[in-house]
Amino acid sequence: MTLEEKQKEIIDEFAVYDDWMDKYEYIIELGKDLPIIDEALKTNDRIIEGCQSKVWLDSKFEDGVMKFTADSDAIIAKGIIGLLIRVLNNEKPESIATCDLHFINEIGLQEHLSPTRANGLASMVQKMKLSALKAISN
Amino acid sequence: MIDQELKVSLGVDSIRDDFPALHQEVYGRKLIYFDNGATAQKPQTVIDSINHYYSKENANIHRGVHFLSQQATDKYEQARRTIQSYINAPREEEIIFTKGTTDGINLVAFAFGETLHEGDEIIISAMEHHSNIVPWQMVCERKGCQLKVIPINEKGELKMEAFKELISERTRLVSITHVSNTLGTINPVKEIIEIAHKNGAKVLLDGAQSIQHMKVDMQELDCDFYAFSGHKVFGPTGVGVLYGKKEILDSMPPYQGGGDMIEKVTFEKTTYNVLPFKFEAGTPNIAGGICLAKSFEYLEKLDITLVEQYERHLVEYAEEKLLKIPGMRIIGTADNKTSVVSFVIEGLHPFDIGTLLDKQGIAVRTGHHCTQPIMEEFGIPGTVRASFAFYNTTEEIDTFIQALERSINMLQ
Repeated sequence: MTLEEKQKEIIDEFAVYDDWMDKYEYIIELGKDLPIIDEALKTNDRIIEGCQSKVWLDSKFEDGVMKFTADSDAIIAKGIIGLLIRVLNNEKPESIATCDLHFINEIGLQEHLSPTRANGLASMVQKMKLSALKAISN
Repeated sequence: MIDQELKVSLGVDSIRDDFPALHQEVYGRKLIYFDNGATAQKPQTVIDSINHYYSKENANIHRGVHFLSQQATDKYEQARRTIQSYINAPREEEIIFTKGTTDGINLVAFAFGETLHEGDEIIISAMEHHSNIVPWQMVCERKGCQLKVIPINEKGELKMEAFKELISERTRLVSITHVSNTLGTINPVKEIIEIAHKNGAKVLLDGAQSIQHMKVDMQELDCDFYAFSGHKVFGPTGVGVLYGKKEILDSMPPYQGGGDMIEKVTFEKTTYNVLPFKFEAGTPNIAGGICLAKSFEYLEKLDITLVEQYERHLVEYAEEKLLKIPGMRIIGTADNKTSVVSFVIEGLHPFDIGTLLDKQGIAVRTGHHCTQPIMEEFGIPGTVRASFAFYNTTEEIDTFIQALERSINMLQ
């Protein structure tokens, strides 16, 4: 599945919810299901401090693709991280660096990725893209 | 029963009609606004006065010879007197218009700070908003002063014995919040002021969270400075007031230079204007000042003692219901508190709770509320804070509790 197809798939999954609470119920379930980051990787250099919640992100470049694991102390943030990882994991760094994550807007979660939201998610996306760029330049 | 009696006596239903922002839907649900500690909604009279000012009265003040300028000057100076009267300040020149509480505290930190010397001490408390911490740290760095901090107990009350030990003849200023924005604690400020004065220290009260909830009387309190924000007292944003005793303000150098604050300017020497203009450089927030007076005119019509009782009832009602929720921990359980309830729920992140409440139409604040030292004290990353105003109701609290229970079920 291409990065674009994965975004489309998520948009379709969310299309069935017309109530905000149902949408969030789903995000929370995703957050609960997310394989959390290896505790040993929850180090200070992997932390993204938000004003409200913390995010840990680990990125690797392996076999020509990027591998991400992440976690957050807030479960809604974790659910959204799950969606971002689903879209970006195992993708070529070139695709990650240039992609437009439009699905976030289309499923109505843009507020969480606003830099002013201060939950660490906007910085997380930025870090994912930067690590992809680093993989390209290496 | 008490609820209905208080509600009817205060006239909560008709009060609610005065605040248009309360009557709207968010995410398809009726808005419940419990973020009054951050900013309060505005009555229609305040909103209308802003519109009227810019439609018909806009002019620069204090220097124009024309009709509109004279009229705007009169209204702006009348606003100063309205506020002076509301807080019972002895003189109108003791009312200095600022941008807000932060600006007022910074004014004192700079100008009063200029009169401090190396070795002088400033006392604050562990429950201060960052606005009443950082300006003093900056003064200490600039002037070589020492910052001392009054600790708090597990209920979120000041340890007064510790304060008595901290204060000495070296203390020049005690800068303390009247009411904690995070905990709701009403501090024993009269006692603090008496002790400070006996030791020759001045007292600044951060009034950002008190003036909207209780009667504040400058002469009765006898504080030396009192700072508050317009927008938290049902007025516009970007305007606030610093009250200061005349003799102390007179002894302080100006804070900012510019128009309006001068008597005479030459390149050799500039002399400064009298109070309050000495501290009001540049064109002020004219509309802000005039319209802030409207919010005090609105408050004047309410019985502030009833407001206090009603808000007290709201917070007690909310706390009683909250405490039935498993894992609930209320942060800030002072004996004397205003209508603020901060809480955490075991195992749940405040950010998640706040997000789900928002989607159910309920506006609360989550996070550290600009009081990181308090969070450290209680060993928590943040709280959910519901802060009530006199236009809130127990019915809204019932809906909030249901929404909170639903959120908890989803998150657990």
